[in-house]
Amino acid sequence: MESVLRSIYRRYGIHYPKFYKMDNLSKLGFLSAEILFQGTDVLKGYPEEGIGIVLGNASSSLETDRKHQESIGDRNDYFASPSVFVYTLANIMIGEMAIRHKMKGENALFISEQFAPALIFQVVSELFQNERVDCCLTGWIECCDQRFESFLCLVERADRIKRLKKPGEWFIFDLSNLEQCFFERKY
Amino acid sequence: MIDCFVGADNTITPLGFSTEELADQIKADRIAIRPYPGGALSPKRGAFSLIDFGGLWESLRDFSDFPLLEHRPENYTRLEMLHILSISKVLKQSAVNIRSPKTLIIMATTKGNIDLLEKGRYPHIGQERLYLWKLAETVQLFFGAPNKPLVVSNACISGLLAILIGSRLIKAGIYDHIIITGGDLVTEFVVSGFQSFKSLSPDPCKPFDAEREGLSLGEGCSTLVLSRDHSLVGIPEKIVIAGGASSNDANHLSGPSRTGEGLYLAIRKTLTEAGLGPDDLDYISAHGTATAYSDEMEAQALSRAGLEAVPVNSFKGYLGHTLGAAGGLESALLLYSLKNNFLFKSAGFNRPGTTQKINIIADHKVQDLKVCLKTASGFGGSNGALLFMKH
Repeated sequence: MESVLRSIYRRYGIHYPKFYKMDNLSKLGFLSAEILFQGTDVLKGYPEEGIGIVLGNASSSLETDRKHQESIGDRNDYFASPSVFVYTLANIMIGEMAIRHKMKGENALFISEQFAPALIFQVVSELFQNERVDCCLTGWIECCDQRFESFLCLVERADRIKRLKKPGEWFIFDLSNLEQCFFERKY
Repeated sequence: MIDCFVGADNTITPLGFSTEELADQIKADRIAIRPYPGGALSPKRGAFSLIDFGGLWESLRDFSDFPLLEHRPENYTRLEMLHILSISKVLKQSAVNIRSPKTLIIMATTKGNIDLLEKGRYPHIGQERLYLWKLAETVQLFFGAPNKPLVVSNACISGLLAILIGSRLIKAGIYDHIIITGGDLVTEFVVSGFQSFKSLSPDPCKPFDAEREGLSLGEGCSTLVLSRDHSLVGIPEKIVIAGGASSNDANHLSGPSRTGEGLYLAIRKTLTEAGLGPDDLDYISAHGTATAYSDEMEAQALSRAGLEAVPVNSFKGYLGHTLGAAGGLESALLLYSLKNNFLFKSAGFNRPGTTQKINIIADHKVQDLKVCLKTASGFGGSNGALLFMKH
């Protein structure tokens, strides 16, 4: 798993030394956001405090949790490491993305067995309807024991996108499109 | 426009199985944090707030209403037992129907059933229950609730965030009622982790105090009802959630920003949403973990928001830092204050210990309260603020 993530890192020519400290889940989240934003400066068009992140995940940090639990397994050789423990929270990947891209707005991590488009749609729509965010990074980042899934999109206001992008470069954020994107890999 | 009314609540802590009991204990200056000489939780001595699960089970034998007694108790983890008990108690007070499709359960937790990683602790329970969604599903199925619970796992702001998101879903008309339940355990897993950060106090923590030495871990569970329909919530008082916000420092993973920027932002957005200014606040239940940096940052943020004169306390001097349970437990105590016009002394505080001076409540006192703020901050740079108001 780690070598896959590292090869993605190299393939996209990313330079961010902190990457090597991250656990696999945070690496996956970080890479996904990096690939999404690479070559664009879309976030620069928004105030930092108006950029939100709402993500879904299934296993939380279970892979890293087991690593930490192992490190405290032997009473006589108790060695808990802060650099492992800090990653025993799934929302840390949100922290990594926020630090990298300066995203200071509303943030939340939800846990569900599978990607839950209805929930994401309800929560993110509400943020826009009540003007709590100017744009919002949302999706699903899951990584545990060789299984990984990653889906990210940036949701922005329609009037702004229509000014800046050509048709075909965007699609309406609604439940049906979200489901299509994720389940049918159509975008 | 839909209001989000706050309703019945329950708290389970070492100081009791209800918020009334907890409040009575706190008024008598009891704290849940006890010295720990060293043992299964930690080889080093320390101080923790721990629930006596053996005692809890014994006393439940007399509580014939507790439904778990008919089910097989060995099929449930300690945390699941807490949630089931807590939700059961709230359902006795409130008329909200947990089996309605218009009701959603929201669960807040950081580590869930992490004690399942301990070999031999639960011989009858599979490792699958380590998944937080599976923990939530277990509770959902117990009560026959139709909707998959929403699970919020966002470090130490989980509890507050769960209530915040719940209130937004109600006001948006997506659900009529929400049952928010939050819980976390003290485990070797978590203790060893915080020890590796050197952030644990050897003695009961002292939030905002000059001599504070770190946090004390605690465990607990709380449940709170939210509804658009006040007639069902189970309390006579009309209290609404008037606003709230979350934010990210975008600065550091395990330490707060020096300027408290993220928390300040969350507070500012909350007040703006409610159409209020700093002078409108009567009381703040702060995060107050009693670490050197966190308390310092929080005082900065409160001061920047113009809130340095508002009476403020931390409940962590009584209950310790209960992680995913903190937002819910401390909100329940805030609600007790609001309903009873009573401010609780900030336990462990003697002398101001932050650069920015804030108005720490030094003694229990009676005070008219109408507008109260809850704040929280957590690993990953997360922050949250939530405003409760008498309608």
